[in-house]
Amino acid sequence: MSEAPLLLEVRDLAKRFGSVVALKAAALQVRPGDVHGLMGANGAGISTLVKLITGVFPADSGQILVKGAARTFRSPAEARQAGIVSVYQDPALVPDLTVAQNMRLAGASIEAVRKWLGELGVDNLDFSDIVRELPYPTLRLIDLARALASEPAMLLLDEITASLPADLSERIYAMVKRWRGRGHAVIFISHRMAEISALCDRATVLRDGVTVGVTERAHGSEDRIVALMLGADPATVAAAVSSTVTSHRVPRDAEPALEVRGLRRGPLLNDVSFKLYPGEVLGVAALEGQGQEELFDCIAGSRRYDEGAIFARGRELKLRHPADAIRAGLVLVPANRLLALLQQRSIRENISLPAFGGLRDWGLIGVRKERARVASAVARLQIDTRASSELRQLSGGNQQKVVIARWLASGFNTLLCFDPTRGIDIGTKRQIYALVRELAAAGSAVLLFTSELPEIALACDRAIVLFGGRVVAEMPAADADEASLLRAAHGLAPQLLAAS
Amino acid sequence: MNAPAESGSAAMSLAAAPSSKSWGAQFRRAMRRHPSLFGMPALLIASLALTVLIHPQFSDFDLQSLAMGALPLAFAAAAQTVVVISGGIDLSIGSAMAVANVLAASMMEGRGFGESLALAVLVLTIGAAIGAVNGLLVVLSRVPDVIATLTTGSIWGGVALLILEKPGGGAPQEFLNLGAGTLFTTWLPTALILLAVSVSAIWLPLRRSKLGLQFYAIGSDRIAAFRSGVNVERTRVAAYIFSGLFSAIGGLGLTMTTGIGAPLAGVYYTLSGLAAVVVGGVSLAGGRGGMVGPILAAFVLTLIPTDLIFLNIDPNFGQVIQGVLIVAIVMIGGFVTLARAQK
Repeated sequence: MSEAPLLLEVRDLAKRFGSVVALKAAALQVRPGDVHGLMGANGAGISTLVKLITGVFPADSGQILVKGAARTFRSPAEARQAGIVSVYQDPALVPDLTVAQNMRLAGASIEAVRKWLGELGVDNLDFSDIVRELPYPTLRLIDLARALASEPAMLLLDEITASLPADLSERIYAMVKRWRGRGHAVIFISHRMAEISALCDRATVLRDGVTVGVTERAHGSEDRIVALMLGADPATVAAAVSSTVTSHRVPRDAEPALEVRGLRRGPLLNDVSFKLYPGEVLGVAALEGQGQEELFDCIAGSRRYDEGAIFARGRELKLRHPADAIRAGLVLVPANRLLALLQQRSIRENISLPAFGGLRDWGLIGVRKERARVASAVARLQIDTRASSELRQLSGGNQQKVVIARWLASGFNTLLCFDPTRGIDIGTKRQIYALVRELAAAGSAVLLFTSELPEIALACDRAIVLFGGRVVAEMPAADADEASLLRAAHGLAPQLLAAS
Repeated sequence: MNAPAESGSAAMSLAAAPSSKSWGAQFRRAMRRHPSLFGMPALLIASLALTVLIHPQFSDFDLQSLAMGALPLAFAAAAQTVVVISGGIDLSIGSAMAVANVLAASMMEGRGFGESLALAVLVLTIGAAIGAVNGLLVVLSRVPDVIATLTTGSIWGGVALLILEKPGGGAPQEFLNLGAGTLFTTWLPTALILLAVSVSAIWLPLRRSKLGLQFYAIGSDRIAAFRSGVNVERTRVAAYIFSGLFSAIGGLGLTMTTGIGAPLAGVYYTLSGLAAVVVGGVSLAGGRGGMVGPILAAFVLTLIPTDLIFLNIDPNFGQVIQGVLIVAIVMIGGFVTLARAQK
């Protein structure tokens, strides 16, 4: 204890929910002026740790010490009074109230919040707007500004950058550094290794609810952090990291598995055309709100398009309902897992739901057939089935695997993956991309949108870039490095310049 | 008003609209956010016009009976509104009204006006206590609110029968006149004044208070409200207390307009009060709606059977028509909201 006294110390914190142990023995030490990274695979217990520290629910055992004194917070409001404030993974703003009412509810000064929003680059927010009507990135910044307004000595940011566009993430990094400059501490949680190594002074790594290591310098310790998270020895990890995908040539004379011609919908989708061949992974890159959500929804049959046509294996489709798309072999893996899964039902039921068509036997579900199919899908994806009675007990990564497993069990031709790795840890991410490659090798076609641009080169054969609801660039994966994708995604593609 | 992000950078889509708004734009926004505040008066005026059309000799007496008929229902709707906005439901409102009704009628019979007013305060206190019991039961036992209040509804209904087995009792005429008389002119029933005064005395300050904000917050998103520092359990109990208070006023209103206590009269008001809440544009999912809509809806729902009687329609068939009309009104409201959301 030769250094500055600890601002926050966590000793042997444990928490279980029913039969699921979320946290076994978490330890954490944060000094003033420290940006402390907190990392772990999905299900490692990070979010639980954050919620225990900020009093969302009580710990079963263990201690939380603030400036050396043991404290128990019964609510986030109590933690806030002690100078500990968290920005949680999902916005903590009440949707039906105005921004001003939300601030009043939390006892935050509107002037201070306005000032911090200004510092974050949002000057023209009308505080009488209803939260429900504001775009998601704005809500994240309001959340952060509200947290800053109470001048917390200890700020916890739980995956705040997970679905923010790059320019907004930059503003958040700058603010984190400023907060450290004031002598305060920040706990920064992210699945993006680059962020952690660029931003954090130290990092604590959790695995299976236990603190497995602390690195004194986050920068340059990336390999060690990954190894700690995965629990494997460094050599295997290095091998896994470098096993990038070798793209293969796709025969262009083949009939496309999916063809989209001149698709338009509302103001956001203006004339999108592309072809996707069997055995190919086609990446879609775009900044926030460039029509990618509308495109995927139209192809998956959950929204109707105004103009254009969609063909599957040469046949034009009339998509009135997701069931039509599924019947045509087009299946969607959405970013929001809650939209795809029945949270209160078992893994088995979730996987076999879309497959009932093929499992029926005179109207009844063939139990044995169902079990066999589900078991093979679960095994193939290495889904952790310890908590199989209710899906909501699974971690985000495992839930995402269930979404893919259900389509494996029911069969498909074209997989539409919309940001399938959002908020998912590195290990599971790699499994998901390996699976995507494997499916393509077996002859399926995959359309893949991802908000993390480096992943395009990693998982795809070819990439298209959307801007303003149009395809502005197309390139083979070999050329789709982050810089070219970013240029195109900002509308700076040479094709566009030539056209105008 | 949400600037669509069809072009430009992410920064452009950060704010919904420029901060300075014209009066017209603010008016349009208010209409969009509180459709029932504008739709319900229109619906009420339309149904009044229809009534006058069917029954051209519409007189001050008809207005008085409308006001008296709608008074208990309006309070039942107000009681339900507070709980529904907070994301709950109270199926014991009618029975709580019955308790207040028979308590007042049995205690006030033969008393003076002053004594009756004091007893009315006592009844209101008991009503709030009934609400507190409902709320504590829902919060502490973790029994879902539908089941918990259905059960307590049966209990309060039994209590009402224990207090007064058969319709009877009474109250001094001055007291009855608070809800069954007229003021200055025969075209101004005291029922309307009682309703306007008591609802604005309770709801307007509440709406502007932190507690009122918390009602909307826990109804809209309980987790976000908790994380914002709201004590969710305490706020839920408070909502049921206000529900009990409004129910007790409704029970007193029932005493005033009928002149007696009837242990079974209140039961009808649970479901029709809920219908008024829904017709009045309060979301059953919680967090959205106001007090004006449900109270005006109570008048519309009172007018429907009256009109059907004027039209000489078999009352049993009238009940069918009433149900169809309620569904139709709610559906139209839903379509309007949907059409706005898609714009």
